[in-house]
Amino acid sequence: MATRLKEVDAVMIGVGLVGTMLGRELTKAGLKVVGLERGNPQFTVPDFQGPQMHDELRYAVRKAFMQDNTKEAITFRNNVNQTALPIRRWESFLPGTGLGGAAVHWNGQTWRFQDSDFQMRTKTIQRYGQNFMDPELTVQDWGVTAAEIEPYYDRFEYLLGTSGLAGNVKGQKNPGGNPFEDARSRGYPTPPMKEPYGSAIFRKAAASLGYHPFPQPSSNLSQPYTNPEGLTMQTCMFCGYCERFACEHYAKSSPQTILLPVLLKDKNFTLKTQSHVLHINLSQDKKTATGVTYIDASGKQFEQPAKLVILCGFALNNVRMLLLSGIGQPYDPKTGEGTVGRNYAYQTMSTVQVFFDESVNINPFMRSGANGTAIADFSCDNFDHGPHKFVGGAYFGDVMTNGRPIEFHPTPPGTPAWGAAWKAAVVKHYNHTIVLNVHGSSVSTRNNYLDLDPTYKDAWGLPLLRITFDFPANDLRMSQYITGKAVEVGRAMGGRLVNGSARKGPYGITQYQTTHNTGGTVMGLDPKTSVVNKYLQSWDVPNLFVIGASNFPQNATYNPTDTVGALAYFSANAIVNQYLKSPGRPLVQA
Amino acid sequence: MEKLTRRTFFKAAGATAAALTSQAQALTRDVQEPAQGQAVNAGAAPAASAAPVHYIFFRPDEARFVEAAVARLIPADANGPGAVEAGVPNYIDRQLGGAWGAGERLYRSGPWQAGLAGQGYQLPFTPSELFRNSLRAVNDDLQKRRNTTFDKLPGKEQDAYLESLQTGQQSLNGVPAHTFFESLLALTIEGFFADPIYGGNKDMAAWKMIGFPGAYASYYHLVDQYGVLFTRPPISIGEDNRRTIHIMPASQEPKAIGQNPVHGTEAAHTTRKGGK
Repeated sequence: MATRLKEVDAVMIGVGLVGTMLGRELTKAGLKVVGLERGNPQFTVPDFQGPQMHDELRYAVRKAFMQDNTKEAITFRNNVNQTALPIRRWESFLPGTGLGGAAVHWNGQTWRFQDSDFQMRTKTIQRYGQNFMDPELTVQDWGVTAAEIEPYYDRFEYLLGTSGLAGNVKGQKNPGGNPFEDARSRGYPTPPMKEPYGSAIFRKAAASLGYHPFPQPSSNLSQPYTNPEGLTMQTCMFCGYCERFACEHYAKSSPQTILLPVLLKDKNFTLKTQSHVLHINLSQDKKTATGVTYIDASGKQFEQPAKLVILCGFALNNVRMLLLSGIGQPYDPKTGEGTVGRNYAYQTMSTVQVFFDESVNINPFMRSGANGTAIADFSCDNFDHGPHKFVGGAYFGDVMTNGRPIEFHPTPPGTPAWGAAWKAAVVKHYNHTIVLNVHGSSVSTRNNYLDLDPTYKDAWGLPLLRITFDFPANDLRMSQYITGKAVEVGRAMGGRLVNGSARKGPYGITQYQTTHNTGGTVMGLDPKTSVVNKYLQSWDVPNLFVIGASNFPQNATYNPTDTVGALAYFSANAIVNQYLKSPGRPLVQA
Repeated sequence: MEKLTRRTFFKAAGATAAALTSQAQALTRDVQEPAQGQAVNAGAAPAASAAPVHYIFFRPDEARFVEAAVARLIPADANGPGAVEAGVPNYIDRQLGGAWGAGERLYRSGPWQAGLAGQGYQLPFTPSELFRNSLRAVNDDLQKRRNTTFDKLPGKEQDAYLESLQTGQQSLNGVPAHTFFESLLALTIEGFFADPIYGGNKDMAAWKMIGFPGAYASYYHLVDQYGVLFTRPPISIGEDNRRTIHIMPASQEPKAIGQNPVHGTEAAHTTRKGGK
């Protein structure tokens, strides 16, 4: 039996990036807030300190910061005709756990989506006609525009201290920045990071071909910065242990460096770690959330009643929590009806290796998670898709993050996998290779979705989430075209050998691609095709807000975190300034 | 200034490295491009030259296979020490004998069924079970068919046997041969390149060989010195004795960054090669 606790104003499921932000906004508004985090407490001191943090085996290979598969896994299949099987060890994507969530071990790549992303369906039809998209695509508008979200991007980037070079401030184009970005109200909080050697070589080659290289916006800071919450961050040291690791230098923006210390001092906020939420509780009519039931580290169950529930875990876990709680109608791919689990999307990644002569020292280990130089000439709708028969795009560039040798020891195609020839090739190419990343969008389709697995269970006996996903033909065509463009730039970089291949199907979970899993609780204008309204309020249960990359109706070219943060502030603003004035009311009429 | 190459640096980087180099060179004479008649010695040499290892997981017959096999996967040669000299068998032994070998972070609920390649590992074995079953099968196979053990085969025959595992579907007491080979190769590369605190990469020899500096905390002053050759010796988590704790600074003074002894001295230790 669950012990019933005293009711609070709001309970948050997950204390990662979004949980920390919402906790701060709601406590500032005077609410008593409880944050439930299933993982452990962890802080820069003592948990993230060097030299122990610089352990490739423990953090990158064995994935110490990630969700423990023995307790919670996810099952996967390519299509409904296959049997989904558990992902027994994470490889393709890495769901995080613990205080601060995935924003502890992210890279810090901080990109704004473009207006053509937010209005993808409308703008595609306007420019290319009604029948341009493949019929299987379920691409839809978000219900917000880039201009509407801009102030929240701005606020979030100033919380992070993001380093970058603006390409467009209030319509004024700024040479050297991303010329394709929508107007921003001011420049980045801090100037761009130093440009590493590989990025400088890429910049020169890309510019020589007429493209527009710019520094990748980064939340590994170029200089010390004090954010509006009064927290001071330090300069990134380019140590090469960023993604999958936590930062010892106070240089990577994460809840621990940008906000948590302030929130934890607030008497209105209570943090409970090792508190694993099993489900959201509903009233008899299922129209009101009454709180959550969670289980602590020793196995005791508690009911935490609350007037307002904020679901802000990792995208995949947000979807599962709604399904486990019986909220909303699960998506059925046969009929196309239902919304929860609908429009799961990912990212379409490929790489291009450029092998240089041994006299060129690339020094891949002198990097950070988010420094580098990229082009957006093939992102979003920044080029004419007419001749190509696909929607979406990719940015690419030299955005290498590390030279950690267990996982990074590039060899040219045809090299044996072991023996003296392998060893000689590793020695010959380790410090003399640049890898370009091609970071592509992912459309949503009728066939790709999330639901509960009928067979496999977690440590508490509850069904695992099931992913049904394969790369849509649209995205494979996109990858083919843009990877080809990246190979051309690679050839202009002066290496001896260039090796690149586009993403091919079928999707598999055995190799890391990205942790940009999106959709399943998508936002939108129509309750028939979305789970939450534009303010991220549940259509079915108005005192429940669901916030995260699970809100994306499809995934865009760029990395998702900046948009997750902007949406979180956008939603928090609506909760504080509209919802709390008449609690329980829908902010948008269905 | 003298132009340093990786190999001259490798020879110059301290007494330990120098000793390793001469050991590697001695091995090279035995191992590199062996004449037909020397092949038997070549196969056995690396295991014989390794320091005695006290295994916690491997039994003697298992250890003999693993030592001989990893010596073929990453051989000692002119480029530097191989897997045996780097202590890789020791690394694998400790991994299999510890939490990871017992299935740490491995989802282990059934039902069990073979999946598609893209669905990843779907066997019920923990890593230690997988190795124990596979090694027993391999040793039985060689005993039965050829009345010998892997470590006694000439180098070329060892390679051929490893290739038969690499591409084979045969069952090694329930483990597909290629799955065992992939695990063995993955662990060998891990042990070769992981921090020495895990028992492999002895004296950071694998890092010195490729020019990876290990656990350094900063390259801030080097990242924009294009083409610079980094020549300071690598740092292991285990041997670092600076014990630097980064306290959240009260001020934003950037001078605090320069107080760390790791910064600001690179000019004396580095030289340019290549460059833009």
